[in-house]
Amino acid sequence: MELNGAQALLKALEANGVDVIFGYPGGSVLPIYDALLDSPIHHILVRCEQGAAHAASGYARASGRPGVCLATSGPGATNLVTGIANAYMDSIPMVAITGQVPSSMVGTDAFQEVDITGITMPIIKHSYLVQDVTEIPRVVQEAFHLASTGRPGPVLIDIPKDVQQTKLTWDGLPEIDIKGYKPTFKGHPAQIKNAVHMIEASERPVILVGGGIVNPQAPAELMELARKAQIPVTTTLMAVGAFPETDDLSLGLIGMHGTAYANLAVSNADLLIGIGVRFGDRATGNTARFAKNAKIIHIDIDPAEIGKNTEIDLPIVGDAGTVLAEINRLVGEHRHDAWMEQIATWKRERPLKYRTDRLTVQYVLEEMGDLTRDRAIVATDVGQHQMWAAQHYKFLRPGQLVTSAGLGCMGFGLPAANGVQVARPDDLVILVTGDGSIQMQMQELGTARQENLPLKIVLFNNNALGMVRQLQHFYCDKRFSGVKLSFNPDFIALAKAYGIQTYQIHSKEETKAVLEEAFAHPGIVLVEVLVDENEIVYPSVLGNKGLDETLVYE
Amino acid sequence: MRHTLSVTVENKPGILTRVAGLFARRGYNIESLVVAETENPQISRMTIVVDGDGRIIEQVSKQLHKLINVLKIQDITHEEAVHRELILLRVNADATNRTEILQVAEVFRARIVDMSRASVTIEATGDTSKIEAILTTFRPYGIKEFARTGRLSMMRGK
Ligand SMILES: Cc1cc2nc3c(=O)[nH]c(=O)nc-3n(C[C@H](O)[C@H](O)[C@H](O)COP(=O)(O)OP(=O)(O)OC[C@H]3O[C@@H](n4cnc5c(N)ncnc54)[C@H](O)[C@@H]3O)c2cc1C
Ligand SMILES: Cc1ncc(C[n+]2csc(CCOP(=O)(O)OP(=O)(O)O)c2C)c(N)n1
Ligand SMILES: [Mg+2]
Repeated sequence: MELNGAQALLKALEANGVDVIFGYPGGSVLPIYDALLDSPIHHILVRCEQGAAHAASGYARASGRPGVCLATSGPGATNLVTGIANAYMDSIPMVAITGQVPSSMVGTDAFQEVDITGITMPIIKHSYLVQDVTEIPRVVQEAFHLASTGRPGPVLIDIPKDVQQTKLTWDGLPEIDIKGYKPTFKGHPAQIKNAVHMIEASERPVILVGGGIVNPQAPAELMELARKAQIPVTTTLMAVGAFPETDDLSLGLIGMHGTAYANLAVSNADLLIGIGVRFGDRATGNTARFAKNAKIIHIDIDPAEIGKNTEIDLPIVGDAGTVLAEINRLVGEHRHDAWMEQIATWKRERPLKYRTDRLTVQYVLEEMGDLTRDRAIVATDVGQHQMWAAQHYKFLRPGQLVTSAGLGCMGFGLPAANGVQVARPDDLVILVTGDGSIQMQMQELGTARQENLPLKIVLFNNNALGMVRQLQHFYCDKRFSGVKLSFNPDFIALAKAYGIQTYQIHSKEETKAVLEEAFAHPGIVLVEVLVDENEIVYPSVLGNKGLDETLVYE
Repeated sequence: MRHTLSVTVENKPGILTRVAGLFARRGYNIESLVVAETENPQISRMTIVVDGDGRIIEQVSKQLHKLINVLKIQDITHEEAVHRELILLRVNADATNRTEILQVAEVFRARIVDMSRASVTIEATGDTSKIEAILTTFRPYGIKEFARTGRLSMMRGK
């Protein structure tokens, strides 16, 4: 069969299970857009390429398969960059495809030429500049393999326009063998035995789970280990919900805005079992004070993560789910009653608390959790509302919270929610956003409408960049600079202009009824919640402090 | 401490940028980097000399390993290996000291590759300490210019 490069690209994508592409057209991708007309792949026209990349991220998180985004050369490609960086930081499988100026013009500063493989080099798992049309089938195969295996991440394929137009004879997809890439899945048996001994000898164990809990089997193995050996579980922001937060063994979020009891448990543990976690600074606080009474076991698929930020006593390189299954085969039943009693005391004495005399974000999120916990996927933007969502909603399932954690990228929420809803058309998808964040990618309301996505948008309007305001509260002597959004649009009128059903919440009393009605609406809705800017996210671990120095709301 | 890493890579476009960029962005100190094809034209060998303690070198190696086109990394600092650098240097020389300079060059088994009325150009190879010694020895005569490669290394045959 004779195909041109663009057709071969789409055929190879299709063969890799791609049914949706988030993209935006331009001169350098005309052949691909032309070929899309004859392809079963559904193209979703976003409103800005950054939205395409974030939507692909959201899609990947909700489906477990790589998300695909497509942009033209030059500005289209640079608009993807933030979304690629975001996917890289959170290890999200993504394949980004960009058009490039014709090969003969590469390097001449041609119209809309940027060196996108160069620009993205530090923020990408791997990239290809396709120089010959015959490479396309292999490059696509490799890209999907790389994006989705080992430690997942974004892969870029940059294709000059003439390559898209050149003909090739299609004879199927090649077997691939990437010599320099052989991720380790199974843990070393001796290390696993050692881990089991350490677990059995421990009196105050804690499990810390991170975003590496991606293997679909892993959460069940995690549950088995926690139950069998009675080990409390805390998670990073990336793993919220990987262990049900309503369980007695759950400690909730660790870290800078983690629960006081998670942070105390880690600080007092004699054994910390890190599973698919990279011990980032937001999770550990001051590393000199981090888990200083504990031996640390670290299970991670990426050897470079082991010992990068903290000293590890026992490394196990491998897939979290696979290694946990091997540990579970060997570990016996254990109880740690005194330790659990101590944790129960911390939970009682230092619970998640907030002011109750007025409408707060925290209150609304708790109500939201009670209404939708068993059925919703929640995407968030970045800011105080994000932290409160992680703390107060109480998630039950892995992947139930979709959030920009490593890059902390405002504007992620709305396009990511679009991607989630595309992947899960029948699920209730809620976007928790702020007045600052939504204005960074607000144009993606158009995408949601064009695709008839029934998103439930809950917009917390405090007329402020609350999270930065909070930083200035603590670190700049309350000298608030550049954090007041003294002009905000009329969000209700704006939503109406998009044909979106709107609601407002002004008081605690009306919260539940309004949420119930809004979530029952079949189409897209926007609920604006009017809240005060004078609110601080607690618990808080201040700069350079250890987790044992967590401040709570008094 | 200085470590010598011998890294074999697939000879793909951008590989040098990927390696150099990785060192730059993670703040590792490259002292020298030499790339050349191997007996297999699809594979190149990079010899990288990097300064850092054991922990840094471990991170360097692990991060390098994550580059898809990197095939193998050996820290040959403490291995039985042959290390060579090459230097070209032009030294001031006139009728009064030219013979002396030629004799000194001979001692280092260096070769004279060019000569003019006022200077002599010398080529020498050796390990780092020999190259340093050459520089120290010729400095009093006045070194007009020199160009020096990084270190090339290979494990000794077993
Ligand atoms: C405003 C703000 C505040 C924040 N506050 C906090 C906070 O209080 N607490 C907190 O925890 N985070 C917080 N974060 C997020 C933080 O920045 C980091 O993104 C997060 O802590 C990293 O989570 P992680 O360690 O799970 O790593 P991830 O980035 O999810 O990395 C996953 C790890 O798992 C490994 N892995 C991948 N696949 C597998 C596999 N199959 N098997 C085994 N291992 C695998 C990877 O190699 C990697 O080491 C905050 C972010 C923002 C924006
Ligand atoms: C793209 C980007 N720019 C700047 C920041 C810094 N920043 C972090 S949170 C925040 C404020 C977010 O405001 P809003 O969305 O209204 O949320 P709130 O904190 O008020 O709940 C800012 C400016 C960021 N994270 N991302
Ligand atoms: Mg705000």
